[in-house]
Amino acid sequence: MDDVLLDIRGLRVEFPTRRGTLVALDDISLALQPGEILGMVGESGAGKSLTGASVIGLLEPPGRVAAGEIRFDGQRIDDLSQEQMRQLRGKEIGAIFQDPLTSLNPMHRIGKQLVETIRTHLPVSEAEARKQAIDMLREVGIPAPEQRIDSYPHEFSGGMRQRVVIALALCTGPKLIVADEPTTALDVSTQAQIIALLRRLCKDKGMAVILITHDMGVVAEIADRVAVLYAGRLAEIGPVREVVQNPQHPYTKGLMASIPVPGRRVEWLPQIPGSMPRLSEIPHGCAFSARCEFAHDQCRAKRPPMQQNENGNLSACWLSVLEQAETGGRHD
Amino acid sequence: MFLKLINRLFQALMTMIFVGLVSFLLFNFVGDPISNMVGQETSVEDRDALREKLGLNDPFLAQFARFGSNAVSGNFGISYALQRPVSTLIAERMPATLELVATSAVVAIVLGVLLGVYTGINRHSWISKTIMPLSLIGVSLPTFVIGILLIYIFSVTLGWLPSFGRGEVTQIGGWSTNFLTIGGLKALILPSTTLALFQMALIMRLVRSEMLEVLRTDYIKFARARGLAPRVVHFGHALRNTLVPVITIIGLNIGSLIAFSIITETVFQWPGMGLLFIQSVTFGDIPVMAAYLVLIAAMFVFINVVVDILYLIADPRLRGRG
Repeated sequence: MDDVLLDIRGLRVEFPTRRGTLVALDDISLALQPGEILGMVGESGAGKSLTGASVIGLLEPPGRVAAGEIRFDGQRIDDLSQEQMRQLRGKEIGAIFQDPLTSLNPMHRIGKQLVETIRTHLPVSEAEARKQAIDMLREVGIPAPEQRIDSYPHEFSGGMRQRVVIALALCTGPKLIVADEPTTALDVSTQAQIIALLRRLCKDKGMAVILITHDMGVVAEIADRVAVLYAGRLAEIGPVREVVQNPQHPYTKGLMASIPVPGRRVEWLPQIPGSMPRLSEIPHGCAFSARCEFAHDQCRAKRPPMQQNENGNLSACWLSVLEQAETGGRHD
Repeated sequence: MFLKLINRLFQALMTMIFVGLVSFLLFNFVGDPISNMVGQETSVEDRDALREKLGLNDPFLAQFARFGSNAVSGNFGISYALQRPVSTLIAERMPATLELVATSAVVAIVLGVLLGVYTGINRHSWISKTIMPLSLIGVSLPTFVIGILLIYIFSVTLGWLPSFGRGEVTQIGGWSTNFLTIGGLKALILPSTTLALFQMALIMRLVRSEMLEVLRTDYIKFARARGLAPRVVHFGHALRNTLVPVITIIGLNIGSLIAFSIITETVFQWPGMGLLFIQSVTFGDIPVMAAYLVLIAAMFVFINVVVDILYLIADPRLRGRG
């Protein structure tokens, strides 16, 4: 990959607590090309949102990047000062959060929020910024944007508010959007519209997106590649079709099996026994070993490396390492 | 929004009529006004004649209507103790109280809000950690203790500031002011500090806790994610959202500043309405007490109406829901 927009290498995020340091993200490495949509899935607490927060430089203290680096457009960004990061954030990297009902400041007209964002990052006049804001609102599908720009957030429906949020994230023309569960709070039909809108804007503007969600359906529909996180580690990453249809990691397999398929009635929906370990109780070796039906001694002793299979999936599992060693089909 | 305002003004009017009624009852039925007015040697016939002349034999409603119309035109009768019109007495004393209250309110609001925002944002700085326990003292110490302490330190021990009275005042029309002379300003420092301290601590603690609440919200996170400058996030977005509860408390507190000023005025012998009221209580000077009651109630009602209007300005969500 020569054309890389975002490059995360060996990212480790720690939370120092009284009882010792919790490792919330451990050795996350992934890269995004311009215009690519990367889905990021996993259970609650797997580290999806933390990865997003690290990229936009908004880790909540006392959380901190303890190791690894994040490069954006060739420039290292994880060690920028707060002020430098602030100038990058909102301009080059936009963010969309989960709940459109609470993402907008209820006290200010949406036009003011758009204009202040534009003028923070771009050297334009008030009138020019307002014109851009109206154009942006039209682009995200707000009807009659010339009038609606002077509305307050509470005068919009949930779906419309999420469009406004998207407009706010996109109004400075960022190259990367971190979308943290952008559709979770919306009803299903609105979700589909927002997903379609995101995909269209992304393709039109050549914008890369990190789409954080726990909805595999959304990922399958929109993402180019998908990363599966488990207990702060990367379990598997690869092209979305490969990961969905031919998962390598037992956790991903379990995850895919537990998605209900419309039209197929089953007595029991398969589920992965147990629950994700707390950050303070992650087992030695593979983090999934305690719940994995294929686990053997090595899994409990040593952490598996990321291993690429012939279809381009990277997964961290000793089974695939052994399998590939047997067939002699090592790729690098 | 307009309807809401009309409705609010109507409520205010009803409140004033009720307060007027209480004040009127106080005026007429606590003791006999006639025996308060005349000497012991006045004959029963003279008393009855005076009663008739003053209209005290008229039906209740007629008397109340007369009291009301007099009160609206600022006529509250003659003070028993000082034998001068109550309205004149109050007009003389009002500037002193209003200047004291206004100074305290401005100090309390400005410092309270600024310190509240500061301690809300920099929760872990040593300045915040020093201010917070001090504010607890400010909230819990009674006003008169603070006043006496300040007098002891700055007047008795250090001798920097006068311990009582208004000092030099300048007359502008009918208004006597402290603001134009050094002496007047110096005299104002201790009483206004005393009065402001409690309110300032209260406002500061409220603003701080509201700020902490608001800073956790998604729209603040999103404002940060949009890369807005911290100053814009804190003052443009966060502070604005703390305003509604803060306005409520400040509104209520300006009312209680006027009420608390009785104590402060007594401690500092500040010649304001509070001191006048205390003196009238000692003399049983009912016209003054009644007038004071109506006046304070009017101020409370006025402040409340202003607060309601400020709500509508501060929070767009409250507008337009008739």
